[in-house]
Amino acid sequence: MEKTNNNICGGLYTKKVIETFKNPHNYGKIKNADGIGKVGNIICGDVMHLYIKIAKNKKGEEVIKDIKFETFGCVAAISTSSIITDLVKGKTIKEALKVTKDNVITSLGGLPKIKYHCSVLAVDALTEAIYDYFKKNKSASSGTKEILDDLQKRHDTIQKSKEIIEKRYKKWT
Amino acid sequence: MKRIYLDYAATTPVDKRVLSAMAPYFSKEFANSMSLHSFGQKAKLVLEESREAIASLIGADANEIIFTSSATESNNLALKGVALADKNKGNHIIISSIEHPCVVESAKWLEKQGFKITKVKVDKYGTVNPKDVEDAINEKTILVSIMHASNEIGTIEPIEEIGKICRKKGVYFHTDASQSFGKILINVEKMNIDLLTASSHKIYGPKGAGLLYIRKGIKIEPILHGGGQENGLRGSTVNVPAIVGFAKAAEICKSEMEKENKRLVKLRDKLIKGVLKIKDSHLNGHPKNRLCNNANFWFSFIEGESLIIQLDLEGIAVSTGSACSSFKLEPSHVLLATGLRPEQAHGSLRVSLGRFTKEDDINYLLKVLPKIVKKIRSISPFKK
Repeated sequence: MEKTNNNICGGLYTKKVIETFKNPHNYGKIKNADGIGKVGNIICGDVMHLYIKIAKNKKGEEVIKDIKFETFGCVAAISTSSIITDLVKGKTIKEALKVTKDNVITSLGGLPKIKYHCSVLAVDALTEAIYDYFKKNKSASSGTKEILDDLQKRHDTIQKSKEIIEKRYKKWT
Repeated sequence: MKRIYLDYAATTPVDKRVLSAMAPYFSKEFANSMSLHSFGQKAKLVLEESREAIASLIGADANEIIFTSSATESNNLALKGVALADKNKGNHIIISSIEHPCVVESAKWLEKQGFKITKVKVDKYGTVNPKDVEDAINEKTILVSIMHASNEIGTIEPIEEIGKICRKKGVYFHTDASQSFGKILINVEKMNIDLLTASSHKIYGPKGAGLLYIRKGIKIEPILHGGGQENGLRGSTVNVPAIVGFAKAAEICKSEMEKENKRLVKLRDKLIKGVLKIKDSHLNGHPKNRLCNNANFWFSFIEGESLIIQLDLEGIAVSTGSACSSFKLEPSHVLLATGLRPEQAHGSLRVSLGRFTKEDDINYLLKVLPKIVKKIRSISPFKK
């Protein structure tokens, strides 16, 4: 997975990760976002906020018209946040929900194993943002039973992990 | 692109003078110092000369110094060696909460072997209160190990006072002087030190050499059993060139110490003043009682690995105590011990100056750092 011959920073990160980190795309907030996903834990050291704006395309499908992120975290965290916005901007919600952590890692040319969780976090942030959108828009057309059921499952898993982490770091709160 | 190294606390380049002193011992006088022939005895002679030279720098006798491969090895030997030799006298060891991982892990290992470990707390500056050490000593205590100066936050510990208390209570006192040896004058008699660790590669000597000072009369259990080198306390063919380098590096430090300290303090304080102008920036460690070359900060709302990689992309080498940058994914235990919350420890930056640091280097860092902090904050969800 890791292209060690392309690495700046002595083998820790690929060239693509460093480039993405140096010039991240789509960072910032969206006012009146249609969906917001907040994941991570500041005590762990990785927090991502993802904002999405949904619009209908010519076919009448709901697409991610705009997407922005705010991340507190390391090089990997900032890179995975940026790359996931590139991967899903302009895509339909259905397509966006198909993006996996492996897609994120591959798009970055690889990540050190110890940083894989950053790719998971990026996908979770997107999942939560879309979940939030459907919660606010019960009549959204992409909201088929299949998609909503899957989304609920993923949301529940994310919430459970959040609780476990919060419990682990209870002494700091 | 300009390359500016500001991570001297991690390691230092070998000084040219040290390299020259070492050169003959790689190819001309390369023999094994334990060999009986004259080739070997020549190597033995220079080894003993190096030992004598280093011993005199800390007020010790030559036969109280053994050479190891590193400070990590010396610290392992100090803790495990004393514990295993004295396990019939007692099983309690005291360390501080800000020791280097090699001390912490050695203590952890000893705990698994049945020893009891007490970690003395530090205040917000990372300073150990000698009274806390005194209160922690009980009839089963066999060793106290408190570092002379913190490799992370630079705070200098009151080891003379701590040593006095240990002497009074009949407990051995070990200090890890890896960061202070060569920067602060050390006298083992005056400072009541029973065991001391020092490192070559922190003082412009080669990697691969360290020392452990062991006061005469103190028995330790060796870790490396073998050919009887170092008075039977450390089996291994002795790394003569590295030790020659170590001794030369130490002599240079001693002769240049006063002037160099003044120079570094000036640069360090200029750096601290400049950095603290950045909004929501804070200094870690004691403001005055700190190593001449160490400056450690934390910045609100941002994470340290991002900070140091951005600086690296500008040609500047520094380090951080953030979790993301450590292979354990935990923030610096030293910063947490001073009372920082994890999210604050994540935003830390350590800058350590050295012999080859120029004022221009500091000026460049001060020019570049505020922009980088601003950029990373603009990406953060926690910016004000």
